[in-house]
Amino acid sequence: MSDLLNMLGLAQSAELLSLSPPGWGGNLLRGLLNSLQIAFGAFGMGLVIGLFGAYGKLYGGPILRDLLAVYTTVIRAVPELVLILILYYLGSDLINKVSEAMGYGRVEISGVVAGIWVLGVVQGAYSIEVLRGAIQAVPPGQIEAARAFGMPPFMLMRRVTIPAMMSFATPGLANLWLIATKDTALLAIVGFSELTLETRQAAASTRAYFTFFLAAGALYLIVTLFSQVIFGRIERWARRGQPSLRGGTR
Amino acid sequence: MIGLRDLLKPHRILLILLFLAFVVWCALSLRWDWLPQYAPLALEGLWRTIWLLVVTTILGFLLAIPLGLAQAVGPWYLSTPARVFCTVIRGTPLLLQIWLLYYGLGSLFPQFPAIRQSELWPYLRQAWPYAVLALTLSYAGYEGEVMRGAFSGVGKGQLEAAKAYGMRPFAVFRRIWLPQAIRNVLPTLGGETILQLKATPLVATITVIDIYAVSSRVRADTLIVYEPLLLLALVYLVIAGIIAFIFRRIEKQVPSAIQRR
Amino acid sequence: MTFLKTLAATAAAALLTAGAVAADPIKVGVAAEPYPPFSSVNSAGEWEGWEIEIINAVCDAAELECEITPTAWDGIIPALTGKQIDVIMTSMSITEERQKTIDFSDPYYNTPTVVVADKSMDIEPTPESLAGKILGVQASTIHQNYAQKYFTDAAEIRIYQTQDEANQDLVSGRIDATQADSIAMAAFIESDAGACCEIKGAVADDPSILGLGVGAGVRKGEDDLREKLNAGIAKILEDGTHEEITSKYFSTSIYGG
Repeated sequence: MSDLLNMLGLAQSAELLSLSPPGWGGNLLRGLLNSLQIAFGAFGMGLVIGLFGAYGKLYGGPILRDLLAVYTTVIRAVPELVLILILYYLGSDLINKVSEAMGYGRVEISGVVAGIWVLGVVQGAYSIEVLRGAIQAVPPGQIEAARAFGMPPFMLMRRVTIPAMMSFATPGLANLWLIATKDTALLAIVGFSELTLETRQAAASTRAYFTFFLAAGALYLIVTLFSQVIFGRIERWARRGQPSLRGGTR
Repeated sequence: MIGLRDLLKPHRILLILLFLAFVVWCALSLRWDWLPQYAPLALEGLWRTIWLLVVTTILGFLLAIPLGLAQAVGPWYLSTPARVFCTVIRGTPLLLQIWLLYYGLGSLFPQFPAIRQSELWPYLRQAWPYAVLALTLSYAGYEGEVMRGAFSGVGKGQLEAAKAYGMRPFAVFRRIWLPQAIRNVLPTLGGETILQLKATPLVATITVIDIYAVSSRVRADTLIVYEPLLLLALVYLVIAGIIAFIFRRIEKQVPSAIQRR
Repeated sequence: MTFLKTLAATAAAALLTAGAVAADPIKVGVAAEPYPPFSSVNSAGEWEGWEIEIINAVCDAAELECEITPTAWDGIIPALTGKQIDVIMTSMSITEERQKTIDFSDPYYNTPTVVVADKSMDIEPTPESLAGKILGVQASTIHQNYAQKYFTDAAEIRIYQTQDEANQDLVSGRIDATQADSIAMAAFIESDAGACCEIKGAVADDPSILGLGVGAGVRKGEDDLREKLNAGIAKILEDGTHEEITSKYFSTSIYGG
């Protein structure tokens, strides 16, 4: 193995990337773990916002609908980088004001929580659109039938709407998850120690910019490919018993 | 689009009044005294953002056509590299791609002194060529995937008919296949271009002074937190609105798609 | 919508109790971007460097419980005023402009500002000599402000997020020179990567921009904390701790320079 690496002139890179110090591989993996944690949290928060937002947009009053429209339009037109900065400062300002007003002292916000809040608000706007489309795609007859059975709204949502819309929502949600993982890289600009910032630190300390940026790229790519496999499974599961939606063979 | 009549509903009037009150409050109680001093710089930055957006969108789209074509109908030795390219671009963060191109390539320069003697050196020294390259490749990667679907979406019968008329392959491509593929992607093109707009501020991290970099400088010089960011968000909103408007106009110009199954 | 309300209430309660229960160590903000030899992350993921040791020494001397909190350099003052951190100790110079927003402790080091360029280049740190050249500086620093005041008409100024990236571009030849802190640059040109370059001299002083040395930044009005930090800094200067740490990293004294 080491002979092969030597032959290719990659021995130095392998040493830099080894998992235990003096290699920087451990740092990269720690960063990746942080990135995934933030992406997972943000995706989840986006789903919650998305579900309530989609219901609000479909069945809410006129004011709620307008406010949600403003939210989704603004979030989808302004660069994530700018939103992250605004939400980052705004979030900590607000929380401190609230906790001071309630008589508590300062609130400690960990980097992961702040990152989840920032990206979650961004994800929420996209989630609303995805889930709204999916809910609309559920045949209205199914919902009407459930209503006719006297199901209360929450049970209807849990037992009929959500399971029925899953297959329509999964491709869009898979895409959102991939966006979430990649958007965590932007948090490097605000100083969160996620994968991209760890990479930058390692690259600056060793001057091996090429090696580390390629290695980080490979890690992100692995996450993407792995997620695609998982979401493919979920989609197939959500579609079980349904006729194929895709017309062609591709 | 919301018509004027819709805007005059009572709750909308209330919301608009609230929004106006917010704008007035922003104008009066926040600090804007830095604005005149930085206005020329901001205009320069704005111009650079728009220039980057237009150039990389056009170049990226031109690159997306062969990428889409190769994936849709190319032989394996063309379609595989094209698919790998699109997967890699779409599977990694743009910020990382930009840094890899700028600092990664930059770190190789000292090892190859010949580069500094070459004709290209004056360009390689600047940051904007890297920004253009990174953004172009990114747009091509995303749009290449869309173009693949668009090319396969054009009816086979039409291509066969054109061939039967004796059109050469290139003429079929230029007159039948490409125009219809472009019409297929037109509805998504506006959205993709807005995504590209949202990607441009990342180039500020490699010393290109776009509108985002100007706002960062205002924040650094004056230590004002929110005002430059709010104005910046507004600027991006307006540009995104203009893009959406332009693409809607273009879509109207193009004859609507022939009824397909 | 009661479900939503319960959810929101639980989340808020969880957040607030988490904050209220934790004992409050002083959060010392250091730039998240590497700035060797002052502060950087090592391959074990720990912060190290001259400034990190000084922070620990000052906190020990002042009997404060401190916690290193990496924060983006570009937004470190808003992070302080927004209470995400309590102290800034990351080679921030005491300048009039910054004193409008935050307070500073007494300085704990003071070094001149220099211009560094390739050995083969004939450059002096003057506007005339830098005419037509590309000068790299780090964003939001005294060096950026200084370059923009004195060199902006002569040279093209390129602004980097970190000094390290400016150094990297100096080595690759994308910029002709960089203006930065003398000690940081001395360490850089001694490293393998910086072998190409040398210090071309200190720029003409302008205390209104270059400031009065590096101090710890605190929020306005928090005189209690500032006094404690002052006492800590005075103590480590007096009992030789400062000198001991400095000698581990640098060959000369960097206090008062």
